Amino acid sequence: MIAGSAGDVLEDDPVGRLKVFVYELPSKYNKKILQKDPRCLNHMFAAEIYMHRFLLSSPVRTLNPEEADWFYTPVYTTCDLTPNGLPLPFKSPRMMRSAIQLISSNWPYWNRTEGADHFFLVPHDFGACFHYQEEKAIERGILPLLQRATLVQTFGQRNHVCLKEGSITIPPYAPPQKMQTHLIPEKTPRSIFVYFRGLFYDVGNDPEGGYYARGARAAVWENFKDNPLFDISTEHPTTYYEDMQRAVFCLCPLGWAPWSPRLVEAVIFGCIPVIIADDIVLPFADAIPWEEIGVFVDEKDVPNLDTILTSIPPEVILRKQRLLANPSMKQAMLFPHPAQPGDAFHQVLNGLARKLPHDKSVYLNPGEKVLNWTAGPVGDLKPW
Amino acid sequence: MKLSALQQSYLNRRSNSFRSSGPLDSSSDSAIKSPAAIFWLILHGLCCLISLVLGFRFSRLVFFFLFSTSSTNFYTSPFRSTAELAKTLDVQSVLSTNAVPNLDLPLLNKTVTNSRVVVGRHGIRIRPWPHPNPVEVMKAHQIIERVQKEQRLQFGVKDPRPIIVVTPTYVRTFQALHLTGLMHSLMLVPYDLVWIVVEAGGVSNETASLLAKSGLKTVHVGFNQRMPNSWDERNKLESRMRLHALRIIREKKLDGIVMFGDDSNMHSMELFDEIQNVKWFGAVSVGILANSVNTDETLTDQKKEEEENPRMPVQGPACNASNMLAGWHTFNTLPFAGKSAVYIDDRATVLPRKLEWSGFVLNSRLLWKDGDKPQWIKDIDMLEGDIESPLGLVKDPTVVEPLGSCGRQVLLWWLRVEARADSKFPPRWIIDPPLDITVPSKHTPWPDAPPELPAHEKPVNVMGIQEPVVKHTTKTRTPRKRRSKRKHETRTDTQASTRHSEQN
Repeated sequence: MIAGSAGDVLEDDPVGRLKVFVYELPSKYNKKILQKDPRCLNHMFAAEIYMHRFLLSSPVRTLNPEEADWFYTPVYTTCDLTPNGLPLPFKSPRMMRSAIQLISSNWPYWNRTEGADHFFLVPHDFGACFHYQEEKAIERGILPLLQRATLVQTFGQRNHVCLKEGSITIPPYAPPQKMQTHLIPEKTPRSIFVYFRGLFYDVGNDPEGGYYARGARAAVWENFKDNPLFDISTEHPTTYYEDMQRAVFCLCPLGWAPWSPRLVEAVIFGCIPVIIADDIVLPFADAIPWEEIGVFVDEKDVPNLDTILTSIPPEVILRKQRLLANPSMKQAMLFPHPAQPGDAFHQVLNGLARKLPHDKSVYLNPGEKVLNWTAGPVGDLKPW
Repeated sequence: MKLSALQQSYLNRRSNSFRSSGPLDSSSDSAIKSPAAIFWLILHGLCCLISLVLGFRFSRLVFFFLFSTSSTNFYTSPFRSTAELAKTLDVQSVLSTNAVPNLDLPLLNKTVTNSRVVVGRHGIRIRPWPHPNPVEVMKAHQIIERVQKEQRLQFGVKDPRPIIVVTPTYVRTFQALHLTGLMHSLMLVPYDLVWIVVEAGGVSNETASLLAKSGLKTVHVGFNQRMPNSWDERNKLESRMRLHALRIIREKKLDGIVMFGDDSNMHSMELFDEIQNVKWFGAVSVGILANSVNTDETLTDQKKEEEENPRMPVQGPACNASNMLAGWHTFNTLPFAGKSAVYIDDRATVLPRKLEWSGFVLNSRLLWKDGDKPQWIKDIDMLEGDIESPLGLVKDPTVVEPLGSCGRQVLLWWLRVEARADSKFPPRWIIDPPLDITVPSKHTPWPDAPPELPAHEKPVNVMGIQEPVVKHTTKTRTPRKRRSKRKHETRTDTQASTRHSEQN
């Protein structure tokens, strides 16, 4: 049992604590995009689509915007995929801009607060910076029009341009049914010490190494490739989920972005996550005590990873496993369909409810403008 | 020019950092802008040339010496393909972010000064000896053991009871084989174990030395009768020996679950988990592996039969649709009628009895003199005569609990394989003094002595040894041929070389 506030907070019920109004946007912003590429439902950015579906039929939804506390704009900005399935962010700023222009001209609620009581889902690599390369994302910064809105995103890194204060960090989407079907009996003994499957070098984009994952993944490989305790490789086994359930520690190092679905998978399968990403902000950090559940390793300490992990006392490891076994923890990481109590949708609503009531300064005087509608790169100003 | 093309392509790829350094240039004095830029370009070109000559990006070393701050030792091998790139442009871009705040990029500077995470190329940290440390490997294994123990406590059997294994045995050739197998199975059982070994013909050093290797709690008693030669008699004696063991359990008031582990059987680990579920008296399914000798005749006979499970070599409880005990599966011995082994030496199938002892387990409290036991158990001391199977201990066979999902799981296997009655084996399987049969080995070809065949052998035992001797003889012949050939060749070679040297 998680003592203290964490366990209780996870089980809070947001129904009755807030009201959300969902804007009715023309289907070119959401349904048509999804129809063009249904792969968007299964990749790790699918949270924006499922959140929309959840809110449409949730009891927190209100059809009367006057009584709403929060306003949601359903625009699927990540659903522009390459043939390989990676999202291209080049049209996303214009799409978002166009959506905001629409809601600000058709409804008065945007201009009332310039978006301060609106929330948007931006599950991209670097959130609302709308780029996959970190340097370019930092250069762009958060879209100027979203400066006052609450952003619900997967990216989280302290003191980073692309993480605004007051943002809610969510886990990336992982398919719940697929993980359910790969569960093995709990008494199967855990015999793998450290487990990891994934790239260590991104040869296509970073041939010399050192850029990808800030060199941390490459360091893991070079230091531990012949260590029998570390079951690490780049192969794609069909028993990936089963293997995670037979491991004590699962590595969750950063990639091009600090977050990854591995964290979700580790929590679901009861494998202690070893997070190697400096200054990362983990999902629902105000509700889940990540320090007590996972192991945090600085990137500079990667060469000593084996010493660090073997020097953890067994009681601490058993305690972490007990905390991980808490079903409310696993539920909070998932986006099940249909929604269940305590899942990630509800945690997002809890987070929004905790920010209520809105401060009076949020409401602007009529005619007062704070946002600069012409800021940002020239390419963003073109219509979509 | 090739150099400029290289520079150009490189500049295009690095356009991002180039752009970030652009504002810095514009903010500085425009008069010195062009010479500075040209200077950097020339330096960059020079570095490219040097790298081309050397074959690696040497500037990584420069970068490390300029910017390494951490205390960990950097393993700087210049021949790594993952050498860090630190061309002057990158150096400049890092410098620019640390420089005086630039009006165009205030946010960028803010991130660098507050956060310790820097965007850009980083070194790949490798410690000086990137190999496993044996002390840590041991610690990791201890951690894994502790985790697995916890898993067993949480998800395994709750409140496991100790297991009491009853084994009748006697000294013979195959004893080491069977007893070692059983011993290893018992050593893997994760519960408390007491092993009662009853030996026909009295306690012997042979058996004692085998049991000593186990490290288990053993009770080794002797039974004053030698093991007879016919299978019938053997089964009867073994039943008596098992009853003797049950009496010991009663005397010592041992607590736990009694199972009959015959030394010739093979047990699965799930068996020991499953028998923890027994309340008083349970039965499991035993797989019968009767070594059938004449396969043709048995097949035609078996086709004629009709049974619930035709040709299913299983003995155990049978359940009806509501998972209640309805009867027993027994091994169908009709096809083997008249053809089964009577004596241990027979080259015929050894058959099991109707119901083997090993398929039953009971709560040891059933054997105690006092204490609350169900009504249906007979007292061992009051038994008249011998019993063929543990069912003889119960007045009402319907009380038996079927285990292993109602007999559907076969958890152990019966196979009776024994050597001939007169077969010899070295005591404790240590060859001392030498064996009766010796075969001279002829590995090296002796050019003088002709190959000899061993003179004195028993025909039966040396069947297998005959062939290698034959092989030896063929081997001795051919190398000699080769040898002579080689001699001939070397002679001619030396002749050729001398001729050659003479010519020179």
